[in-house]
Amino acid sequence: MNRQLKETITIQLLRFTTYAIVCVVGYILLDIIRHGLPVLNWAFLSEMPRRGGSEGGILPAIVGTLYLTLGTVAIALPVGIGTAIYLSEYAAPGRLTETIRLAITTLAGVPSIVFGLFGLGLFVLFCQFGPSLLAGSLTLACMVLPIIIVTSEESLRAVPQAFREASLALGATKWQAIRTAVLPYSLAGIITGAILGIGRAAGETAPILLTVAAFFLPRLPASIFDQVMALPYHLYILATQHPDTTKVLPLQYGTALALLTMVLGLSLGAILVRVHFRRKYQW
Amino acid sequence: MNKDRAIQIGFTGIASSSILVVGLIFLFLFKEAVPFVKQPGLTALLDSRWIPVSFQLERFGILPLAAGTLLVTGIAMLVSVPLSALAAVYIAEVAHPLEREILKPFIELLASIPSVVLGFFGLVVLAPLIKQLFGLNSGLNAFTGGLLLALMAIPTIVSVSEDAINSVPTSFRNGSMALGASRMQTIWRVVVPAALPGILGAVMLGTGRVIGETMAVLMVTGNAALITSNPLSPVRTMTASIAAEMGEVPFGSIHYQALFWVGIILLLITFGLNFVARRVSVRYGMMR
Repeated sequence: MNRQLKETITIQLLRFTTYAIVCVVGYILLDIIRHGLPVLNWAFLSEMPRRGGSEGGILPAIVGTLYLTLGTVAIALPVGIGTAIYLSEYAAPGRLTETIRLAITTLAGVPSIVFGLFGLGLFVLFCQFGPSLLAGSLTLACMVLPIIIVTSEESLRAVPQAFREASLALGATKWQAIRTAVLPYSLAGIITGAILGIGRAAGETAPILLTVAAFFLPRLPASIFDQVMALPYHLYILATQHPDTTKVLPLQYGTALALLTMVLGLSLGAILVRVHFRRKYQW
Repeated sequence: MNKDRAIQIGFTGIASSSILVVGLIFLFLFKEAVPFVKQPGLTALLDSRWIPVSFQLERFGILPLAAGTLLVTGIAMLVSVPLSALAAVYIAEVAHPLEREILKPFIELLASIPSVVLGFFGLVVLAPLIKQLFGLNSGLNAFTGGLLLALMAIPTIVSVSEDAINSVPTSFRNGSMALGASRMQTIWRVVVPAALPGILGAVMLGTGRVIGETMAVLMVTGNAALITSNPLSPVRTMTASIAAEMGEVPFGSIHYQALFWVGIILLLITFGLNFVARRVSVRYGMMR
């Protein structure tokens, strides 16, 4: 009886801890939704900011973040998929493969602000791109590369070996087999990886702090050498650098909610893509 | 046939670009930082004060920043490790399968909340709460920062630990049960010890994430470069110093180079943690 009671108490303690974490996550989301929703209307999303961000909307920040993430994926996706194909289809166990894997784990662990320093040193100063969309996208691309590689490789490996063998047996070359019998079926994982990469790039502040972000720039970017505003940086500025932070609190919540919706929406999209394709292909 | 060979070489080249990027990161961090070695010399980094802008004597001691990072990270791990371990055990061993399918993604959702949003939440909700709770002048201190960082470490630790617990063979559990052990005895004396290396790996990954976190700590730790062990005192971490000061320093100045040294030290710490965590997980067969 005593032992039974102890058992029950332990289980309840474990359950309590888990649900306490869930409640904290829920509370954070609810708090931002509750205060952000009243601010988030069409005018807020489609207007230029006025008076240093104290009034008006967040259009240039949304557009800036959109361009940045698209640039990031355009750069990181080809490299990421190529690396994944190498690791899953070509790589023989050995020093090169081991080094590539170590490099990917290292990249995944590099602090985001260090990516900022690196982007500043290489792209902004050495390549003389200046603080620009190009420099920011390249920096973010280095950062999201491991996410894209890992998810793409997983999905390539999930394609049954028999597909490759059947294709090779029909006389296809290795590349033909990969292109026609492997890649199409791993598309889900690759798309998932790309979406997760976009989500990560959209939410990061530290790398763009030093490579692209503009404090206040109420116009839309015209070229890849322009500085842009970005949602996460705009939130940081409004919350900490604005002379009257309490007055612009609603704008902060609105910006936070817009950013959160974008990032969590992308994560949700990634999950849905995965579920959809898992139903479609079963082997 | 020749074309196939060319394609293979092409992919090998693309795959090697990760190595290239890591190499470039080290190269360009050192390239910007290296003049510091001549003037004022590396020993300047061991100073006990960080006063980068001064009319009399500028001092670039990294120790207060390292102490700030250490304090905040310590608090974050103290809070997040026990919570995450218990939650991982619950999700892997106790929870109903359907419950598990919902709980795990939900906690992982926490990982995708941008750090600037968490920092903002810390600034407007958590800091005033801490201020009131402890009767302080300001809620911006190491404790608030540590709590926020704990939130960021939790999804990593829970998720990776849960995988580790899951990869313990079922035969271990069956064997233990067959010997008459209760469910909890099996969990604590058989399953958790078997998964311990994986859980340690998870903690190391979480620590790496916490040490490298920038925006949340920048927003809520108060940013005073002090050497202190008082959790209710404001501190300044290594990451926050780079983020806060890099925007205002003249390129190429000694201050600029000192900030790159801070970056190098951060890079080496996280590199070490990840390297060990990867070794552990490869050794125990959790990763290819």
